[in-house]
Amino acid sequence: MNTAIAIMADTPPQLLPARELMAFTLASHILLVPFGVALPAITLLMHYRGLRRGDAVALLLARRWSAVMAVQFAIGIVTGTVLSFEFGLLWPGLMGRWGDVFGLGFGVEAWAFFLEAILIAIYLYGWRRLKPWTHFWLGLPLPLTALLGAFGIIAANSWMNTPRGFSLDADGSPVDVDVREAIFTPMFGPEYWHFVAGVVLTAGYVVAGVYATGWLRGHRDHYHRLGFTVPFTVAAVLTPVQFVLGDSIARSVFHQQPLKFAATEMVWKTDTHVPEYVFGRLHPDGTISGGIKIPQLDSILAGFSPDTRVTGLSSVPADDRPTATQATIAHWAFDIMVTIGSLLVLLALWYGWCRLRHRGLPRSPWFFRCAAVAGAACLLTVECGWITTEVSRQPWIVYENMRVSEAVTDTRAPALWAMLALVIVVYALIFATFLAILLKLRTRWRTADERHGDARAAGTPEGDTPYGPRRTTAAAAPDHGSAHGDGGGR
Amino acid sequence: MIQDVVAWVLLAAVAAYACAGGTDYGAGFWDLFAGGAERGRRPRWLIDHAMEPVWETNNVWLIFVLVFMWTGFPVLFQTVFTAMWLPLALAAVGLVLRGAGFALRKPMTRLSRRRIYGAAFAVSSLLVPFFLGAVVGGLATGRVTPGTKASADAWSNGTSVLAGLLTVAATAFLGAVFLTADARRFDAPDLVRYFRLRAWCSLAALAVLAVAGLAVTRHDARYVHDGLTGGAGLAVVLAAVVCAVATAALLYRTATGWARITAVAGVALVVIAWGLAQRPYLIPTSLTVDQAAGAPTTLRWLLLVTVIAIVLVGPPLVLLYRLDTSGALQPLAENDLRSTSANRDPGPDR
Repeated sequence: MNTAIAIMADTPPQLLPARELMAFTLASHILLVPFGVALPAITLLMHYRGLRRGDAVALLLARRWSAVMAVQFAIGIVTGTVLSFEFGLLWPGLMGRWGDVFGLGFGVEAWAFFLEAILIAIYLYGWRRLKPWTHFWLGLPLPLTALLGAFGIIAANSWMNTPRGFSLDADGSPVDVDVREAIFTPMFGPEYWHFVAGVVLTAGYVVAGVYATGWLRGHRDHYHRLGFTVPFTVAAVLTPVQFVLGDSIARSVFHQQPLKFAATEMVWKTDTHVPEYVFGRLHPDGTISGGIKIPQLDSILAGFSPDTRVTGLSSVPADDRPTATQATIAHWAFDIMVTIGSLLVLLALWYGWCRLRHRGLPRSPWFFRCAAVAGAACLLTVECGWITTEVSRQPWIVYENMRVSEAVTDTRAPALWAMLALVIVVYALIFATFLAILLKLRTRWRTADERHGDARAAGTPEGDTPYGPRRTTAAAAPDHGSAHGDGGGR
Repeated sequence: MIQDVVAWVLLAAVAAYACAGGTDYGAGFWDLFAGGAERGRRPRWLIDHAMEPVWETNNVWLIFVLVFMWTGFPVLFQTVFTAMWLPLALAAVGLVLRGAGFALRKPMTRLSRRRIYGAAFAVSSLLVPFFLGAVVGGLATGRVTPGTKASADAWSNGTSVLAGLLTVAATAFLGAVFLTADARRFDAPDLVRYFRLRAWCSLAALAVLAVAGLAVTRHDARYVHDGLTGGAGLAVVLAAVVCAVATAALLYRTATGWARITAVAGVALVVIAWGLAQRPYLIPTSLTVDQAAGAPTTLRWLLLVTVIAIVLVGPPLVLLYRLDTSGALQPLAENDLRSTSANRDPGPDR
């Protein structure tokens, strides 16, 4: 961080805390994004299986995932609302000048999100009283709304990377806005599909990882098999697809944002026959220390030939490009993402081989150990992907049109540092509680599953059953959920 | 022309947030003043159950207001968020505490933990509307102009504080009216009386604050004051007063369904009156709608997206509120998550 401070000596002092605050809140929020987008889809898949085959275990899994979704969605909403505020609180210059050029994506996102919030409320709270298939069909548009919401956000982010759809007047203000061009910018397609595949497979691996852990602990029943197989299959199918999409987005960056590509690959001098560095560190004088050097590979990856000319960082003045530290950060994030992605492809192939050849799950405990950590690894790649795209875009907030330092608020640095401290404390509490609740639910459910036989023998269910008969009077409603001790007495 | 339409849509979104979000904040307000764990048990139970399925939807209106501001009127957004930095930053933190407090309180089993999260939820339900109201009040005074740096004076003057208190009182009023209706729906006559009394009290508080507001704004926010005390603004204000009085009367006769409608209409009319009084300014008297408007193409697209979205969102929204008020939406009970047998019995009305 010290080098970062030194480099930003000529920039406003509030820039660093503003960036840290944005980075922290976004890094936290992005951990929930895969579940916000893809958990409803995976749950609906399980729900469908349960209804179609009359599989009570599948329905139980879907109900439990809904219960988790209820808490996760709420936290996603509040951390997401903070981000909308931060556009104004931290980057008023960005919105003030460019809001009408690229803001429409957010408009689409807001409406999509509204629809999603409505449908998810109906879905989460509809288990008990709606008819089974009605309930399912009402939930079915959820993945579509999530994809539409992602469309809006990615449209805005890709516009920041490859801004289009306007021309500048004499004062440098945007005029002649063309909305279609501003939404479908060159980076939009690659970013969108890479994002969608990424979040779906992340959600899949994380959910499957929970049951892989149970499997390793000897819970080899239908419940764990189902809870593992459905999300893992979704993720495993998408993993090779994502590998291709990831390769293609890197090449799009090479064509559309050569300097960004140079930063992620730590290319200093424009040249052909450029070597690829795996990890390593870029110094401000352009030398690279550490890492594994593979001759020619970077040129080959960028243009399928060693003769491909790759633009280097030194082709532009120092204040128009990411610093050496930023380039190193982006490069590491990129390499970690690619490494994990490649390992996941192997895992997916292992799984696919066993499913297709042996018609069963792999036997090896090592497979399940890998599957158990795949979710965490995926969340790491989500963070890495985001760091790659944001850090290597520096110093621009609107690529080659507005610097981050021009967009930042006038609020004094101490106020921003104080806000950052407050936000870190609040978020740490919230996320810790969220995790604690998840663990507690797991324990509670596991205990319930172990006592399952006894409960069945005892017979009397404690509340209305889902999809069960409607109580004759509404007055009976207060007693359900009494296990929490919050039931209202008469 | 098109910018006027977008400005009206923005105002409508603000009104919708004031009503939907306001009801929600109001529920939090009464949660805060429900007393100790034992005494407040039943009101809190009702608040939990009434809010649960709809609170997320209610709060999405805010995101809309923000998106409409920055896409439709970028300068307005920049000005407001620069000049009103602190109250808006605190409102953002409050929103996080509120949402997280509410969502995390429920799965807690230990009373002490539930208290902490409940308190975070309830206190921020009071603070967020106060700060948002103070921002609106500050804008009405004309202390903020494009280019104004952040200052405490912009939002801590008499009009701002009064607007903040008015907002809190309005949320308490809405919350109490809706909870009265919910109490009736859940067949709890004691809670009907409980929340009806609170609705009347908050209405009285609103009346006192409104009279005080007239006196304060006379010198502090002259432009808006004149707009509210004459012409179309006055007519709408009077309509809002009629709605408020009607709500009180309807509550007396426990016609809670109608009371909800008049209460929402009253609050929405006040927001509309404020918009009318500000015409043609977004920020009196320095930034007009025309000056702040973004590119006309974008505005047209924004309206198009809005129309499509209303067609898409409208029916599900109606469905959600209908399902909710008819009692079809319920959280999953413990037992549903514990055993697979729950789904076996198809039941008679399947």
